[in-house]
Amino acid sequence: MQEIQSDTSDKGSIGGESKVHVFDTALQLVSGECLQPFSVAYCSWGKLNADKSNAILICHALTGDQFAAGDNPMTQRPGWWNTMIGPGKPLDPEKYFIICSNVIGGCSGSTGPASINPETGKPYGLDFPVITITDMVRAQEKLLDALGIDTLLTVIGGSMGGMQVLEWANSFPEKVFSAIPIAGSARHSAQNIAFHEVGRQAIMADIDWHSGNYHAEKTQPRKGLAVARMAAHITYLSETALTRKFGRNLQDRDALSYGFEADFQIESYLRHQGFTFVERFDANSYLYITRAMDYFDIAAEHNGKLAGAFANSDTRFCVVSFTSDWLFPTSESIHVVRALNAAGANVSFVEIESDKGHDAFLLDEPEMFKTLNGFLSSVAKDRGLA
Amino acid sequence: MSENNASLTSISGRKDLQLICDLIASESRVLDIGCGEGDLLDLLKSEKNIDGRGVEISQAGVNACVARGLSVVQGDADRDLKHFPDNGFDYAILSQTLQATQRPDSVLKELSRIGKKLIVSFPNFANWRVRFYLMFKGRMPVTSTLDAQWYNTPNIHLCTIEDFISLCDELDLKIEKSFILSNDKIKHVESSAGPIMNLIAEQALFVVSSHIEK
Repeated sequence: MQEIQSDTSDKGSIGGESKVHVFDTALQLVSGECLQPFSVAYCSWGKLNADKSNAILICHALTGDQFAAGDNPMTQRPGWWNTMIGPGKPLDPEKYFIICSNVIGGCSGSTGPASINPETGKPYGLDFPVITITDMVRAQEKLLDALGIDTLLTVIGGSMGGMQVLEWANSFPEKVFSAIPIAGSARHSAQNIAFHEVGRQAIMADIDWHSGNYHAEKTQPRKGLAVARMAAHITYLSETALTRKFGRNLQDRDALSYGFEADFQIESYLRHQGFTFVERFDANSYLYITRAMDYFDIAAEHNGKLAGAFANSDTRFCVVSFTSDWLFPTSESIHVVRALNAAGANVSFVEIESDKGHDAFLLDEPEMFKTLNGFLSSVAKDRGLA
Repeated sequence: MSENNASLTSISGRKDLQLICDLIASESRVLDIGCGEGDLLDLLKSEKNIDGRGVEISQAGVNACVARGLSVVQGDADRDLKHFPDNGFDYAILSQTLQATQRPDSVLKELSRIGKKLIVSFPNFANWRVRFYLMFKGRMPVTSTLDAQWYNTPNIHLCTIEDFISLCDELDLKIEKSFILSNDKIKHVESSAGPIMNLIAEQALFVVSSHIEK
């Protein structure tokens, strides 16, 4: 492997580092195919201690990236988890060495469908192999191995990040001292697969998609991807939050237009969400990553018994859900907690009262911070860090 | 359940917590049902270095527990115990929780499957103050141990010591040790059976073994 890019410039207030690791070795995928070579882009904050016992891995969600804290150099916007990472915050770079990598299949530096296929010299497009959550975790494990980290103090993530956290505990239990799946699930539900299918069909229905070969046509399925994002964005919120923020308020007008312009603020907001999203996200990546989530079902590889995934696990778990999350509802977290209890695993579970829907995990939720501070301090103490 | 714990603080100063702590062997695996804000688990962790887990019904209680580093899940004794494995714990504790469950008999049965020993404490409804209250006032008893009104009490299944002993018989549970609390003093008694104990005890605490040798 070699390091091809090292950007140590200050990433906002907490000074993260952005790098890409290129692996010449093959990444064995669950589908049976291999990815070779492959790259993993990541950012890190803080310093690895001498014992290498203070490493924390952050797993990002569907449309997230490695720029969890500081400023995102691709969008010039603050990192997606600035609320969580920083001095005095639950993930404190003064105490921990914090890593966040872009998932395999993604589009902000790790190998994905927009990367160049070494066999053709052109972007993979749909020739990119189908990847799974397990494959994402395997790539992360290779990265940590390259960084000389044997055991993670904690692996933490929300939504699809929560899925990766559970997969880490399933695939590499001995490497995970503690695990914090937030607003996650051990399987993707029928309703969630349905929403993803709507998004994928919107992309594929766009004439500019060109069966995934839009790079060659020097275009992008912008409208399809925007519609996919708009539909998905609704699922990240709650009716209460939408009503509070927008109600039936009109956008830049005093009266209805009796047409199909964005009369309502909510329409204008969704259109904005859709069109800013296409600036930063690859449509094929969206297809691949949503597919990976749909395929996710940890119990399936344990004869349908989720508890089997966590048998004899020494990992300490802290499962977190939100009351108004209808995409990854509390019932999914309880399903995980029951399996962990059945396996005799060490588990804490907190449901946080919030009306902000699934996206609550990205927002300022003091009760969540309090819970995570308590859990992390206790875990750090057990690991001999405090 | 946590509300209930709080309501009992006034009378005993939760002396039963220290008693429970004394009864538990070091390094054991302990499940505390209705653990409130985690006072007992915290005590057991610091004094007996136990591997402790808790189940608590109130979100505020669970959050407080997790924030102080305890392994606690939000759950309901009536609904969630079936997910725990057989003999997963050395001790299962029901501290002032039994009388707040929907089905105390099912909860005891489940716990006897999960824990090798059970430690159960509850307010004794046959205490003389309670009896006098009902007899002379003709109203549902409100005492310093049972300080809620009939319409807002979490204690939906109050029982007496005799009731508890008879339920243990029915469920094939063996009472190993008995303690009573009266006039703010905890007393170890050879047998808690008999009309006198039932009359003077404000609270009772039992160590019950789940498997009767036959």
